[in-house]
Amino acid sequence: MKAPLSWILEHVDVPAGTTTEEITDRLTLTGLKLEAVESPGREITGPLVIGRVLTMKPEPQKNGKTINWCTVDVGDANGTGEPQGIVCGAHNFAPGDLVVTVLPGGVLPGGFEISARKTYGHVSAGMICSARELGLGDDHDGIIVLPEDAGKPGEDVRPVLGLDEETIELEINPDRAYALSIRGIAREVLVSVEGASGFRDPALRDTPPANPDGHPVLVEDPEGCPVFVARRVTGFDPSAPTPDHIVRRITAAGMRPISLAVDVTNYVMLETGRPIHGYDADKVQGALVVRRARPGERLTTLDGADRALDPGDLVVADDSGIIGLGGVMGGETTEMSGSTTSILVEAAHWDAVSMFRTGRRHKITSEAGKRNERGVDPTICEAAADRVVELLVEHGGAVADPGVTVVGTPPAMPTIQVAGDLAARVSGMEISAERSAECLRAVGCEVSGSGTLSVTPPPWRPDLTDAQDFSEEVIRLVGYDQVPSVLPTPPSGRGLTRAQQLRRRIGRTLAGEGYVEVVNFPFVGEADLDDLGLPADDPRRDLLRLSNPLSAEAAFMTSTLLPGLLRTAGKNVGHGTTDVAVFETATVTLPRHAGPAPILPVDRRPSDEELAALDAALPAQPLHLAVVATGDADAPGWWGGARQVGWADAVEAVRSAAAALGLEVEASAAALAPWHPGRCAELSVDGEVIGHAGEVHPVVCRAFGLPARSVAAEVDLDVLIDKAVHLRPAPSYSSYPVAKEDVALVVDTSVPAADVEAALRDGAGDLLESIRLFDVYTGDQVGEGRKSLAYALRFRASDRTLKEGEAAAARDAAVALAAERTGAVQRA
Amino acid sequence: MSGPNTDYDPVEVTPLKAEHVEEMREAALAAIAAAADLDALKQVRLDHAGDRSPLALANREIGALPPQARKEAGQRVGQARGAVNQALAARQRVLEAEHEQRMLAEEAVDVTLPTTRHRRGGRHPITLQSELIADLFVAMGWEVAEGPVVEAEWLNFDALNLGPDHPARTMQDTFWTEPADHHVVLRTQTSPVQARTMLTRKPPIYVVCPGRVFRTDEYDATHSPMFHQVEGLVVDEGITMAHLKGTLDHFASQLFGDGITTRFRPSYFPFTEPSAEVDVRCFVCRGGEGQAACRTCRGEGWIEWGGCGVVNPRVLVACGVDPAVYSGFAFGMGIDRSFMFRHDLEDLRALFEGDVRFSSAFGTEI
Repeated sequence: MKAPLSWILEHVDVPAGTTTEEITDRLTLTGLKLEAVESPGREITGPLVIGRVLTMKPEPQKNGKTINWCTVDVGDANGTGEPQGIVCGAHNFAPGDLVVTVLPGGVLPGGFEISARKTYGHVSAGMICSARELGLGDDHDGIIVLPEDAGKPGEDVRPVLGLDEETIELEINPDRAYALSIRGIAREVLVSVEGASGFRDPALRDTPPANPDGHPVLVEDPEGCPVFVARRVTGFDPSAPTPDHIVRRITAAGMRPISLAVDVTNYVMLETGRPIHGYDADKVQGALVVRRARPGERLTTLDGADRALDPGDLVVADDSGIIGLGGVMGGETTEMSGSTTSILVEAAHWDAVSMFRTGRRHKITSEAGKRNERGVDPTICEAAADRVVELLVEHGGAVADPGVTVVGTPPAMPTIQVAGDLAARVSGMEISAERSAECLRAVGCEVSGSGTLSVTPPPWRPDLTDAQDFSEEVIRLVGYDQVPSVLPTPPSGRGLTRAQQLRRRIGRTLAGEGYVEVVNFPFVGEADLDDLGLPADDPRRDLLRLSNPLSAEAAFMTSTLLPGLLRTAGKNVGHGTTDVAVFETATVTLPRHAGPAPILPVDRRPSDEELAALDAALPAQPLHLAVVATGDADAPGWWGGARQVGWADAVEAVRSAAAALGLEVEASAAALAPWHPGRCAELSVDGEVIGHAGEVHPVVCRAFGLPARSVAAEVDLDVLIDKAVHLRPAPSYSSYPVAKEDVALVVDTSVPAADVEAALRDGAGDLLESIRLFDVYTGDQVGEGRKSLAYALRFRASDRTLKEGEAAAARDAAVALAAERTGAVQRA
Repeated sequence: MSGPNTDYDPVEVTPLKAEHVEEMREAALAAIAAAADLDALKQVRLDHAGDRSPLALANREIGALPPQARKEAGQRVGQARGAVNQALAARQRVLEAEHEQRMLAEEAVDVTLPTTRHRRGGRHPITLQSELIADLFVAMGWEVAEGPVVEAEWLNFDALNLGPDHPARTMQDTFWTEPADHHVVLRTQTSPVQARTMLTRKPPIYVVCPGRVFRTDEYDATHSPMFHQVEGLVVDEGITMAHLKGTLDHFASQLFGDGITTRFRPSYFPFTEPSAEVDVRCFVCRGGEGQAACRTCRGEGWIEWGGCGVVNPRVLVACGVDPAVYSGFAFGMGIDRSFMFRHDLEDLRALFEGDVRFSSAFGTEI
């Protein structure tokens, strides 16, 4: 809410000398946070005075323009009292007019410094200003001609133009709707600023009593519209201008001046907080009826939108049909125009929830709607309407119709019992019941009782409904800055959970392996999955769709981290970082296609069944780990050449993460997008598949801006963490001598090394301590379609030194089983 | 190989004469001393201590002597051979030491050569900051609670006193999921984790919930559709705003430096009452002389940090906590925002662009 300070101070007095900053500091500390202080003349410095044009001589110039060589009386403002010679290009004035004159030494908005300078053959000592040059709008049709009563030549012109007017902008929280008005802010100044007094309520005025002569109004839905006040003026001059001070104030408050009739309703809304609607009375046909819309009804609102109405919408109708969305926006057919001479003024109190729903349903945000949906004082409808009538009469030459329609009465405010020590218990401060009562009275409540306070909030505070609400009022007036600082003493905690610790461990491990963590948005589009090369029936294409995505290209919650991570890696390559290794851990979203999540009651704890129903409605959200690497794994240097990233690095990244949890990962051949069909490993732990790793399909690499042979992995971390080894038993190992045996086995290239190794292990028996594949050879020596796998086997017994030939026998048994299972032939 | 020389006239066995043994010994010692390197010494060993060396040969002659002469000659030759072997060992040690010295000198490298052949990894600074914050609270005995990102509407709103027609629902621009009548949202705050905690545990509750949250904000230097929050929740007997203030003052001093405190301003959140905005004392100018020119707080002396308040009793009721027995407080801060002013980051987007140069700069510690 933007509020001109002078307008606020019209309704409350602050001690002489109180600065704007002192006022706004106090308002901030009691809950109306200062956003900005604006002043239209804040960029103008130096002499800006009233001048009277004494002479003006038009002088045609070679460039086709005609300038006026003027002499201007600026009183003593120029230090000499002599007329000031000024060249002016405008023509909308005449000798004798009062004008706005900036003298040498002055600075106009934009840092435009004024000095005496030679131009068009004269020394022009100053400038006669237009509104635009002063930063007062875009009007550049000519200079400002001041009214005759503006003042004497030489006087500072700032007060005349409102250039020194300060407007404070306050952030108004949704519970403090009353502060969306000068009335409410002035009241806050009263209770917040030390020494403030003399609150003059702009909504407190004598109003004519209701009588049967007013415009007929029938309220069919008194819950939706508890109070409806209608007044009427005739003989209004539609060409009457809006007085300057009203234009300035509503402009400063952020509203656009339109016409006197509209400006006046806005002015009174800003002043009192009560939205007002004006109808062209001559266009209204018959009685006004307030009701809910019926199915199929439509209305073209003031903004030109043709709207299908909802049976929940509160509307105002006349004999012609619906003429307005009550409290939200008027209709086109009864809109006030440049020929309106009779005005029907409506000040009505509307049900806030209906206002909120209608505003949301029709996507209308308006100054009126903003107030009505937050709650307005229902007792000031008559006063607000009367104030509008007064201004229309005063400035528009209108005549007030004696008829006054008032339908309904403002609902009574509830009385709430508040424990006298509640504020103390909530705040941890010593606040007596008396002090609480005093604070509550200050904000307008009626308070009685001592131990327990009976509190009735004022009609402008519909937000005060719970005892706790009143404690907040007390505490904010006592001062949040008075709350002491005391550390609570929790019972001893369990520390991080095991899963939390293990997630950290995985992150550190991957960072240690050279991977850099990134955080991507989880939004994805079908095109991203196309880029991944996922077939139509891939389960990862089953995505949770967002109703209101920021971008149609990323309208889903992703089921895989790979599109984001591949994109990120590609961007890095694009930025010239050719060797990239990135990882991400985040949840993915896997729809379960369950029923809706119930909206449960809030007046009790839901049952465990109800809570289970909530969880069942949510998609599965497992935590995934993904890595992508490209370029060099090891840099080239004086030590030798580079080692390029390969499929094995992706598998190894997962193995490292798993090893950090004490787990071993088994790989088997798979063919899954987005991986190279011959270089994709399915990874599992304890027989359970955790994900995949390998070289990314070259087409996918291209789609994501990555060089071929980039690698990736994605696994389910929840499964890994579930399986993490907890209490690992201490190992025992033998100190007897080791016996080493190497074997080279030739198998078909299609035989997985893991199978050969498994056979060797099984065949070697208990004496085998370790086995390591140290070479893979393909080529002429083993023949087409064959490969040689060279293993180093280490044998050791736990209780003795192996006898001569024992290791060799175990090796032979291993080779024999490998031959039997995999067709392996020992290489000579 | 020849056997003992039994043909010799014992008296005529020249090599065993004292002066001759002395000669052989002198010659050997001289050769040892003259050996310049290990190879030369190896030859000297062969020449003077080997099987065919004069002393070895002389030793063989001892058996040919008459028994009465053997002892003396044996002693003489034995002593000589012992002296030669000692000298050889000593020379060997000296030459080995010299050799090693020389090798070490020759093997010197340029230690200023680059050594990094394996790329360096790093963790995301927001992860690190989240962990740092979690650790501050765990150190006080709090626990870290977690919950789903795709969340039930009831837990994100209704349970937190944000009913379907609450104006505050428009304060938060929510991502809704399809089908719309399934009432599932992307959580707009980590508060549903608080609700879940209260629904599943009995007080006393002392938890922090760091996590990612979503709002339909356009992506720019200060807004992101996804960002990170940390919320705290305490529910216990006799909890007051004073405890909230104490906790946040402690949090602020741990995160931003000793003596950094907080300031509360009245505000409005549906889930707390009273509610407050929390400002943290600017840790750069500390509201002192440099305040006017301070870039970090833009001359305010305070930095907007988050929101907090006393848990609204309505929330306690919906979450199964008896407000007649327990009270609580809650607070919420932006982790990204805290990171931005703590580390002087101007553009929020750096956190989500995934440029490895950004995360790498923070390594594994923050």
